[in-house]
Amino acid sequence: MEKAIFIILAAVAVASALNILLQRNPLYGALSLIGTLAALSALFVTLRAHFIAAIQIVVYAGAIMVLFIFVIMLLNIPKDQPQVDKQKGLRYLAIPFAGLLIAEAFYVIRSVRPISMPPVLDADRAVGTTWSIGTGLFTSYLLPFEVTSVLILMAVVGAMVLAKREND
Amino acid sequence: MVPLSWYLGLSALLFTIGAVGVFIKRNAISIFLCIELMLNAANLTLVAFSGFFGDLGGQLFVFIVMTVAAAEAAVGLAIIISIFRNRESLNVDDVDALKL
Repeated sequence: MEKAIFIILAAVAVASALNILLQRNPLYGALSLIGTLAALSALFVTLRAHFIAAIQIVVYAGAIMVLFIFVIMLLNIPKDQPQVDKQKGLRYLAIPFAGLLIAEAFYVIRSVRPISMPPVLDADRAVGTTWSIGTGLFTSYLLPFEVTSVLILMAVVGAMVLAKREND
Repeated sequence: MVPLSWYLGLSALLFTIGAVGVFIKRNAISIFLCIELMLNAANLTLVAFSGFFGDLGGQLFVFIVMTVAAAEAAVGLAIIISIFRNRESLNVDDVDALKL
C-alpha cells in the first residue's frame, strides 16, 4: 500500500518535471513545477516531515511560484526560441551526460544499507512536528536562523536596487 | 514500507531532469525553474535521510534551503527584469557581454 502511494506520487513528480522540459512557454513550465512541488509535499508527509510538507505548499507553491508567474506575466515573454545553432553540439551532449549522471547516482544508491524508519515513541514531540522544528530552530540552530534573516534582508534590498529604473 | 533507496532514486531522477533542463533550455526563466527543481530534489534527499535516521538536522536544513531559494528567486527575477528591460530578450545566448 505504501509502495503504491509512493509510486503514484513519484510518477506525478517525474511526469510534471519532464513536462517542464517539454513546454516552450515558461508559464506552463511554472505550472508543471507546482505539480512537482505538490507531489514532493505529499512524499514529505510519508516521511513524517509534516511541518516541512506544509511549508513546501505555503512558501514554495504559494509564494515563490506566484512570484515566478507574476514576472512571467509582467514581461510578456516570447516563447523559447529553438533556432540556436551555434551550440547544437552541447544540446546533444546533454542527454548522454544526463545518462551518465543518473547511472552514477543509481550505482551509489544500490549500495545503500536497507534500514527502516524508527518507530514513533512520542507523537506530539516526534521529529518533524512543529514542536521539534521550533525547538531545534531556536536552540541549537539559532545562529543559522539569524543569519538567514540577514540573507533575506540583503535579498530584498538587492531586488529593489536591481529592479529600479535608472532614470529616476 | 518504502525503502530509503527509492526516495534517493527519485531524488536523483528529478535532479537529473533539472540539470538537463539547465543545458537544453534557452529561456532564462525556464532555466530558473529547472534550478528550483534541482533544489527540490536535494530537499527530498535531506528529508528522506532525516526521516529514516530520526534526526532533526535534515529538516532544519531544508528550512534554510527554502529560505535561500526564496532569496535567490527574488534577486534572480529582479536581474531577469532588468536584463529584459535593457535587451528586450530573455534568450541567454543574447546576454554574452562577459564572453571572451
